[in-house]
Amino acid sequence: MTHLPWSAQFIHLAAAVLLLLSFAMLTQRRILSLLDLFATQGAVLAASTAIVAYSSGRAELYYSAALTFALKVLLLPYILHRLLRRLNVRWEAEPLLNVPTTLLVGLLLVIFAFALAQPISQLATTLTRSTLGIAIAVVMLSLLMMITRRKAVSQVVGFLALENGLFFAATSATYGMPMVVELGIALDVLVGVLILGVFFFQIREQFDSLDLRHLEALKEE
Amino acid sequence: MNAANLLAQIVVVALAVAAAPLFMAWVGQCRAWLANRRGPGLLQPYRVLRKLFHKDAVLATRASSLFRIAPYVQFGAMACAAAIIPLLGTDLPFATAADAIALVGLFAVARVFLALAAMDIGTAFGSLGARREMLVGFLAEPALLMVFFTASLIAHGTALPAMATAITGHPLAIYPSLAFAAVAFLMVLLAENARIPVDNPATHLELTMIHEAMVLEYSARHLALIEWSAALKLFNYCAIGFALFLPWGLPDRVGSGMLAALPVVALKFAAAGAGLALLETVSAKMRIFRAPEFLATAFLLAVLGLLVRLLLGS
Repeated sequence: MTHLPWSAQFIHLAAAVLLLLSFAMLTQRRILSLLDLFATQGAVLAASTAIVAYSSGRAELYYSAALTFALKVLLLPYILHRLLRRLNVRWEAEPLLNVPTTLLVGLLLVIFAFALAQPISQLATTLTRSTLGIAIAVVMLSLLMMITRRKAVSQVVGFLALENGLFFAATSATYGMPMVVELGIALDVLVGVLILGVFFFQIREQFDSLDLRHLEALKEE
Repeated sequence: MNAANLLAQIVVVALAVAAAPLFMAWVGQCRAWLANRRGPGLLQPYRVLRKLFHKDAVLATRASSLFRIAPYVQFGAMACAAAIIPLLGTDLPFATAADAIALVGLFAVARVFLALAAMDIGTAFGSLGARREMLVGFLAEPALLMVFFTASLIAHGTALPAMATAITGHPLAIYPSLAFAAVAFLMVLLAENARIPVDNPATHLELTMIHEAMVLEYSARHLALIEWSAALKLFNYCAIGFALFLPWGLPDRVGSGMLAALPVVALKFAAAGAGLALLETVSAKMRIFRAPEFLATAFLLAVLGLLVRLLLGS
């Protein structure tokens, strides 16, 4: 067994925890706990970015870790919490699939993602290349979450978790994107959540509920 | 030397069989303390066993011989399992005789016999409990196997002593895969031993029973053996947990090192019992229909451990 340096071990640990949190989000029924899980995922992501920054000696990754922490642990959960209070949503309805089925589908997605990442990670030269498979798995699980949920709020959380996965993929494959791109994405996500927050109110005003099934009907019956 | 090994093995198995009710009593005592009660004391299971062994057995008129031999089969399977698990040392002769997969098979034999015996009488509660037990069993077994596979990937072998030495033999490292496997194993332990989130060991309400409903028709020495083997099962599961996830302090050869390991193992069991009692006190029993969800999560965690091990090598 090859002995890895401590920083790589911590990054592997963070990757494993991220994957676990994705599954927890996938099965979580309560919307408030979903937000807490999302904030935890952001914190783990920020920590792993900081460790990558420390072990690779790249100062700009510290900024991106700080940005991740400020945006995904503090600001976005705060905005979503406030939105939920204003919308007065507390409970999430049952997801489309039952929990064991969702878990099994998620497992298949993880295996698919790992197989997909195997050839790519052999090309990468970074210390953290083997975590790329986990990053792709997090992206796919977030997509699955967006597919299996009916309510608008949990779909938005799924979208944000997807962005977490992409960010993790970027740090693990290439030590992060250029700062300009990262700032742009951060701003995009922030503005996206604000606009979607306005959408929530519009949807609820129109249909008296946040259930997106109502949007599927093209004309009124 | 071989005779000495055999003797040590027999002493260890006898010790496990003798100490199992004590561990059960310790868990009960901790639960009583956490609930602000005094508890019956650590010798209560022994008193119950003595009382039951002195009573005359009552059998249902339609009971077949299967009903009578099932407690002995279960007790024998659990004693064999205690011999396979490296409890006090990794060099005992029986520990290398069978691997972890055979161990899962032994547990399955015990479960099948008890379920068949419960159906044998033909009472409603017996077959209800047997069906529920098999439901829990068939969901928990794959998760348990996956936990063993994760550990055997690290140890490069399915023998339990090899798994126990795999972690201690290497420099200290973080194994996320083992952490996943440990949580999955804990969930399987709770489900398989009829502990609180899945089944309530102290319930008197027949409709919520799983394990208790199966043994309602047993009395006297049969019941004593069944209760003893239930205690031994919990003891064995904890010993497996220590061998896989906390193998420190196990001597690698037979001899006086095993005496020195005794307090360490006793300390591990005391801590595990207190932890189990705490876990049971803070959690509520689930509906039986939530049990598949609980065990699917355990299976998921175990498979994630396996995959993380394969991908990251950690």
